[in-house]
Amino acid sequence: MLQITGVSRRFGDVTALADVSLEIRQGEFFALLGPSGCGKTTLLRILAGFESPDSGTVTLDGADLLGQAAHRRPVNLMFQSYALFPHMTVAKNVAYGLERERLSKAEIRDRVGEVLAKVGLEQMAGRRPQQLSGGQRQRVALARAIVKRPRLLLLDEPLSALDKKVRAEMQLELKRLQHEVGITFVVVTHDQEEAMSLADRIAVFNAGRVEQVDEPVALYERPRTPFTAGFVGASNLFAGRACSAGLAADGLGVLPGVSDLPDGTPALLAVRPERLRLDGEQGQGVLRGEVADVSFYGGVSHVSVAVPGRAEPVLVATPGATQVRAGTRVALSWAPGDGALVPQ
Amino acid sequence: MTRSTVSGATAAPRSRRSRAPGRTAAGRSAVGRLVFLGPGLAYLIVLLLVPLALVLSYTIFRRGRFGGVVYEATGENFTRLLDPLYLDVIVGSLKLASIATVIALLVGYPTAYLIAQLPRKWKTIALVAIVLPFWTNFLVRIYAWIVLLSGPGLVNSTLGDLGLGPFEFLYNQGTIVTGLVYSYLPLMVLPLYAAIEKLDPQLREASANLGARPARTFVSVTLPLTLPGVVTGCLFVFVPSFGNFIIPELLGGGRSIMVGNLIRDQFLKARDWPFGSTLALALLAVLVVLLLLQAWSARRA
Ligand SMILES: Nc1ncnc2c1ncn2[C@@H]1O[C@H](COP(=O)(O)OP(=O)(O)O)[C@@H](O)[C@H]1O
Ligand SMILES: [Mg+2]
Repeated sequence: MLQITGVSRRFGDVTALADVSLEIRQGEFFALLGPSGCGKTTLLRILAGFESPDSGTVTLDGADLLGQAAHRRPVNLMFQSYALFPHMTVAKNVAYGLERERLSKAEIRDRVGEVLAKVGLEQMAGRRPQQLSGGQRQRVALARAIVKRPRLLLLDEPLSALDKKVRAEMQLELKRLQHEVGITFVVVTHDQEEAMSLADRIAVFNAGRVEQVDEPVALYERPRTPFTAGFVGASNLFAGRACSAGLAADGLGVLPGVSDLPDGTPALLAVRPERLRLDGEQGQGVLRGEVADVSFYGGVSHVSVAVPGRAEPVLVATPGATQVRAGTRVALSWAPGDGALVPQ
Repeated sequence: MTRSTVSGATAAPRSRRSRAPGRTAAGRSAVGRLVFLGPGLAYLIVLLLVPLALVLSYTIFRRGRFGGVVYEATGENFTRLLDPLYLDVIVGSLKLASIATVIALLVGYPTAYLIAQLPRKWKTIALVAIVLPFWTNFLVRIYAWIVLLSGPGLVNSTLGDLGLGPFEFLYNQGTIVTGLVYSYLPLMVLPLYAAIEKLDPQLREASANLGARPARTFVSVTLPLTLPGVVTGCLFVFVPSFGNFIIPELLGGGRSIMVGNLIRDQFLKARDWPFGSTLALALLAVLVVLLLLQAWSARRA
């Protein structure tokens, strides 16, 4: 439905986007995930028409999008800072886009009422944005964007200003809304958990480039680039060369993993902390080391193990509280299927 | 305007708290306040309030036969104010000042808007250029207009080379308006610039994103949100224009066209201080009404 091909944009000597190509499908919940400053906002601003790329094309349902003026595009953007009109009430803010479509007063009133009910703000219709809490403003911004029933809804870090609890509620609400209204959502975030929980597919950005586009589970279990392996969820990364049994790691011997790389290719092996098994010193293990630190997080405990021959400690996540203490000698192991090889 | 009311409001509770610890502290803080406020207060009382009270009191007295004031209460000054002769001058001044204000707004708004879009470095240069005329004496600049526009002046001689004219540009109401706009345009641009600069550019983008054309965005978003700047700029141009007597004197041909000239003539030529005071009171009344309107609109914004 939305086809982005070879889009690049530079600001002076900063490359905000470098040859970005993406295809976003009808009705999809698509996430752009990447660290701050990697060009996510720039891409959304190009789609909304506030910025033009130096090169590349964008088509929406086969029709060229870049040639259209911003106010004619069937694309609505929910701004990172909400950009609510401070001199208008909540209802006026939401009605603004509908008034531009020259709809009848009665229809505007109905649709505004409907969408405010959907985001749970009927009582706030007469208030000004300054009189609302952060979460309420965010919902007004969302209502203002979806009331137009755009073909494509762009959300720029929609939840970043909210505290953890409200955020979790809003994530559910976004997901529910997307099912109800059937609009294609493109949501930008730097929070990988948020991307994972919300999106049907995720594009991982790094320094203006698309690193990988995949479904959340595939992205988590089979990262294809070192950046993805490090950025999406915590990973233990081992450097070495691919071999038939997995990875011949520098200074650690052969580590188990599934490899479709030619033998001898420089590669990284990524193992998720929760896939590591912690055994006593006598137990079987791929690696041996000494527990350096234990942190309890409620649901899980994180144990970091110092392994001779490796600079960073290996991180292990175990459910619940753990008996091991700092200083205990342990053995670490994992199933070959839990080690993902990433070409370096 | 708004700032002074705001700081006044926050200062009040603080002073009440500082008085609480005891007499000596209260006394010390009162003395301190007097030291700081004293010069300003003295200035206001001696140079503004006392002369103002005098002028206002003259309005109810009769003029002396050879100038001066005869302290004999009368209402004749006010009845004379309603004489079409004088009423016309007041209404005419209102008209000229309003036209100058509207023109200054129409020229100043796009100017301020463009300056606000410039890159940072150019903004500063443009703002300095806007206030640059203030570095030259006001009278010199007005005389420069006479040199430009007079019969054998620069404009006419250039037009003459093209086979046009000569025209009589000087000494009419158009010249007065030109002079007023020229003199007070910077006072329009600066508050407008401050208001436009403060506006979040994302609001304009949000408006476009919701389907508004540029003209609609201007009417529904940019203009309402910069309205306090518009009101302030208009006041800054209107107030000195309305009571002006130098510009009509020099560019208007020396007749009593505006209320400022009329007041000046009553005091200095006709030596009728009571009637001059009454005219001054009328001028003041108009300005106070405008200031009240401005304060009201600033509170609403
Ligand atoms: N208008 C601009 N002028 C100059 N540099 C910009 C501009 N917009 C973005 N950039 C730069 O482009 C890069 C990407 O920015 P952005 O798209 O906002 O990142 P993100 O939203 O992923 O945090 C950043 O390095 C930023 O400094
Ligand atoms: Mg951003």
